[in-house]
Amino acid sequence: MIINIEVNNKSIKAKRGETILSALSRNGISIPVLCHMDGLDATGSCRMCVVEVENLPNLIPACSYPVEEWMKIWTHSPKVVNARKTIVELLLSNHPDDCLYCERNGSCELQNFAIELNVRERRFPGKKNKYKTDPSSASLVRDPAKCVLCGRCVRMCDEILDIAAIDFIGRGNKSLITPALSKPLNLSNCINCGQCIMVCPTGALHEKIHFRELQDALHNPNLHVVIQYSSAVPITLADEFGIKPGKDIHGKLNAALRKIGFDKVFETAFAVDLSIIEQSEELIQRLQNKEKLPMFTSCCPGWIKYIEQFSPDFIENISTCKSPQQMLGAVLNSYYAEIQNIPAEKIYSVSVMPCTAKKFEAQREQMTHKGISDVDAVLTTRELIKLITLNGINITQCEPELPDLPFRNRSSAGKIVSASGGMLEAVLRTIYFKLTGKELPGLKINEIRGSKGYKEAKLKIGNHVLGVAAVNGMGSVRKLLNELANGRNDLHFIEVMACPGGCINGGGQPLYKDIATLKNRAKSLYDADEIESIRVAHKNTGVNELYQNFFTTPLSEKCQQYLHTTYKKREVLL
Amino acid sequence: METIASNPNSQFLINEVLLAETGVYAKEINERLLLITRNKITHPVIYIGMGTCGKVAGAEYTKQAIIQYIDEKKLNVEVIEVGCIGLCSAEPLVNVQLPGKARVSFEKITSDKVDTLLDGIFNYSVPSEYVLGQFPHANHEEWDGVPYFFNHPFFATQKRIVLQNCGIIDPLSIEDYIARGGYRAFIKTITKFTSEKVCETVEQSGLRGRGGGGFFTGEKWKIAHSSAGDEKFLICNADESDPGAFMDRAIIEGDPHRLIEGIAIAAYAIGATKAFIYIRAEYILALERLKKAILQAKEFGLLGENIYNSGFNLHLIVKQGAGAFVCGEETALINSIEGKRGQPRSKPPYPAVEGLYNKPTVVNNVETLANIPSIIENGALWFNEIGTGNSKGTKVFAMTGKIRNAGLVEIPMGTTLRHIIFDICDGIREMKELKAVHIGGPSGSCITPQNLDIEIDYDSLIGIGAIMGSGGMVVMDENTCMVDIAKYFMNFLQRESCGKCIPCREGTRRMHEILENITKRPSNESGYETLERFKGIMQLESLAEVIRTTSLCGLGQTAPNPLLSTLKWFREEYEEHIFDRKCKAGVCKDLRLFYIDVDKCTGCTLCIKKCPADAIIGTPRSPHFIIEEKCTGCGICYDICKFVAISVK
Repeated sequence: MIINIEVNNKSIKAKRGETILSALSRNGISIPVLCHMDGLDATGSCRMCVVEVENLPNLIPACSYPVEEWMKIWTHSPKVVNARKTIVELLLSNHPDDCLYCERNGSCELQNFAIELNVRERRFPGKKNKYKTDPSSASLVRDPAKCVLCGRCVRMCDEILDIAAIDFIGRGNKSLITPALSKPLNLSNCINCGQCIMVCPTGALHEKIHFRELQDALHNPNLHVVIQYSSAVPITLADEFGIKPGKDIHGKLNAALRKIGFDKVFETAFAVDLSIIEQSEELIQRLQNKEKLPMFTSCCPGWIKYIEQFSPDFIENISTCKSPQQMLGAVLNSYYAEIQNIPAEKIYSVSVMPCTAKKFEAQREQMTHKGISDVDAVLTTRELIKLITLNGINITQCEPELPDLPFRNRSSAGKIVSASGGMLEAVLRTIYFKLTGKELPGLKINEIRGSKGYKEAKLKIGNHVLGVAAVNGMGSVRKLLNELANGRNDLHFIEVMACPGGCINGGGQPLYKDIATLKNRAKSLYDADEIESIRVAHKNTGVNELYQNFFTTPLSEKCQQYLHTTYKKREVLL
Repeated sequence: METIASNPNSQFLINEVLLAETGVYAKEINERLLLITRNKITHPVIYIGMGTCGKVAGAEYTKQAIIQYIDEKKLNVEVIEVGCIGLCSAEPLVNVQLPGKARVSFEKITSDKVDTLLDGIFNYSVPSEYVLGQFPHANHEEWDGVPYFFNHPFFATQKRIVLQNCGIIDPLSIEDYIARGGYRAFIKTITKFTSEKVCETVEQSGLRGRGGGGFFTGEKWKIAHSSAGDEKFLICNADESDPGAFMDRAIIEGDPHRLIEGIAIAAYAIGATKAFIYIRAEYILALERLKKAILQAKEFGLLGENIYNSGFNLHLIVKQGAGAFVCGEETALINSIEGKRGQPRSKPPYPAVEGLYNKPTVVNNVETLANIPSIIENGALWFNEIGTGNSKGTKVFAMTGKIRNAGLVEIPMGTTLRHIIFDICDGIREMKELKAVHIGGPSGSCITPQNLDIEIDYDSLIGIGAIMGSGGMVVMDENTCMVDIAKYFMNFLQRESCGKCIPCREGTRRMHEILENITKRPSNESGYETLERFKGIMQLESLAEVIRTTSLCGLGQTAPNPLLSTLKWFREEYEEHIFDRKCKAGVCKDLRLFYIDVDKCTGCTLCIKKCPADAIIGTPRSPHFIIEEKCTGCGICYDICKFVAISVK
């Protein structure tokens, strides 16, 4: 039912029962918000969204108060602006005066409020809470001194991801957000997905920074520094730097990376094709032996840690394939080192990912060979952008260049894996071919595309009917695992990505992205896929050569040595 | 344990009293009731006031001494623990009732006075120096020369509805409660009235929430009654945490069955079949008595399924708090019962529509519910006749501070403050002057002597910028520092703030810091600091306004009240603290200045050695001198001087 309300002396339309904030946004009127999270119930804790409503004695929180027909609302009256300013000043009075040295300098919501509300003096000098930073996790750093207790990270981890690794303790101005029992993050059940960073307004949460030590490696003449990047990175950079689709952003990125000083530049998409070959062989074997089904994908390190700590009974079901990042790293330290005649320990292998969990994955002890890590450092997309800026490179003006041989080729199947359902579809294209000798019609499985948390499909491949599912955002996983534990057996291959929407919305991506932008990223991937000439992994000549020259056949002994890994039950607090 | 069926007293009470049509009984029934209510006794009974106030005053030892006395003398005497009758400053109270004689009350009977008291009274001689008064009764012979208890100025003008049994009956005797007419209102309600009628009656009575909100109880019940929900809940808020408020505690310790009856009637009125009592864990004695009383009510079939064949089911669950003042706020309380962090929720939706587990829930205060049985028994019109136009009935006030008689008083709304302080509480101790009365706890404000003739009710208090709150009144004299009072409440609030919303969490902390700065003496005084302090005060008012208008719940919204009200009425005291660095009341320790009387000082050098600030100079055997600029006001010299030569300036 549509009703009329008055806002800032203008009449606007609102729906009966909706909140004031919802009515304002739909009418294009914006007010500052802090603790608000789209899609979740309002808590009303920050009080930034207060507005003045005629005849009500106190200021009203727009996020939680329902509209009513008689309302006359002022969103920026002097009383309201003064209240918001005071609230920000109160936050700043308990915040380190650290802006210029902070990871979020220039991208911090508290900074933005201080600018918007024109804060110019320290009206409330007083004690500040002192907390130590927690750098224990391989992927994330927590800095509680900068926390404004908005609670978004807690809600993201609990209500959207169903992990609940961190929560509030204490009361009043001694409140704190911490892992269970106030232990360091690495002892908790955090899966390193970094979604908390994506919603943190300040520098209280950020990724472990690795690009600074990279600067040293880059200028060390004794090291051969190579870099690989996920296919999610170029599309994201295109967004960030305003480069139109159609321009060769991959090529520009390759050029930029060489300018920075990397000796060789590769795309992880090559290794995705490699992993598709291995995964498809593995699944076919399991289907034939009717064992260890359903098979779970293994490319998401957050998912791996989840299984290891919460459902170790399903460890056997995970594909033993390493993730593409790790496969390429292993190949670089073995085949590549051989043919380039560079000792593996002199190869400094870097990757750029939209992901924070990859930092955790790279330092897993199973991801080494003879004591040398497959991948030495992982950068998030955010770190890459900072690296490009630090080296003074204008990426829009770079002339496109090709990635280096021998890993130049990649199919577009190797690129769509960053979207939820992408890895599933990519592997299925190859399995279809292997089992029937023909290409999958249309090379498209619509039911598993899209950002819905749980998607399922049944695929007829020759005489088999394959049940497949794609899960993103851990919220849907628990239910699925329960069904499987209770005997559900119509699914054979399941892709799980911890981040809602898949890797394009990973914990390492640039911040503040709205839903429209995220949808566009997935769309760009699938659009690019349509016009690509090689759309299946089994047609990647580079990968075929790699087998011929080094690995012989999929799942061979050499493959097991370099391209496959093991998992172990993990003890964590709670 | 005896079951009800086998206990002849219980069956008698159920059939002849509880289920009787009227409250007028035949002669034989009345005779038996006299015995149950101990209005006719065959051997002496001693009642000991064993509320928490009594215990703190030493009533446990008194009881031990009494029991020892009667054991030694092999006397056949019954000893009963009762609750607090209200005159807490006179505890331990001991009542002695000899067969055929009126019950007499004695005050301040610590264990050392037991022998004298009992020697006297058992020989029919009333020791006059301890006597408070006697309770006359048709059956009992009066004592000569002993005034009536309820003529005592503390009690003479009280109207005791909620407290009528406290200090009189054994709180753990459901038989006594029923014999005096208890639970009849409940049985009448569930067997004869519709829930609509009960809501209507309570609305017409004009009862308003006694926890501080002052919302019309009947109206709240009606909203819950008409809200859709497959399950409804009644919650009794017994999380009384205002410093200086203890009315709810006394009701639960002294007459828990009255509360249970009120809850049961309220649950019926709104259609709830499950009721919770959320009681703070620190109320150990109240909790113990409450749990026992609930068991007794269950045994009598007053709680459970199909109560007395009415078709009404009610289960009563006791939930303990965990030390959070904020959990007295109804939505925080609801969250706490649900097992979540005790933090308030946004309103709307209001609990009466969406409360516990998102079902319609009514949260009522203990005192509010304790009024219900009498309202149902005597009718709405009876209640209307007590009190004022907008505030019907009585209110229990907790009187503490510098008054001679301190404790709980239950008086009709509309009584003047002057009457309460100077007649009922017998004025200010030690012949000092009344400075202010703080009413409403940490959410409250102070009332100054110019408003002494205010007729206390909800609206008149709002008219002078104060609130009723839960009814705790702290009376202050000229030796109370108003800045210190504001600082005390602000300290309390910033410790108890739940931390959910920014204005309260950070704002109360800053307000407290500003007040701390005013009452402390920094070691290096400079003009800059004075300016900072003054700036602090100016910020205070603007900050207080933002906290008041933007906080999520009542704690934050009323947090600035004590500060703003003391600032309004005692601004010169604040200015003295800021500019003159003086605390006239002599309370703010850090602002104290000490000086040495040269005539009394013997030059022993003890204070020089002990002074932590090296502020005293002097040579042995000649008078010493305190350097004002260095003195931090700690008072160590004052405490150790054997010659009383040091005083506060």
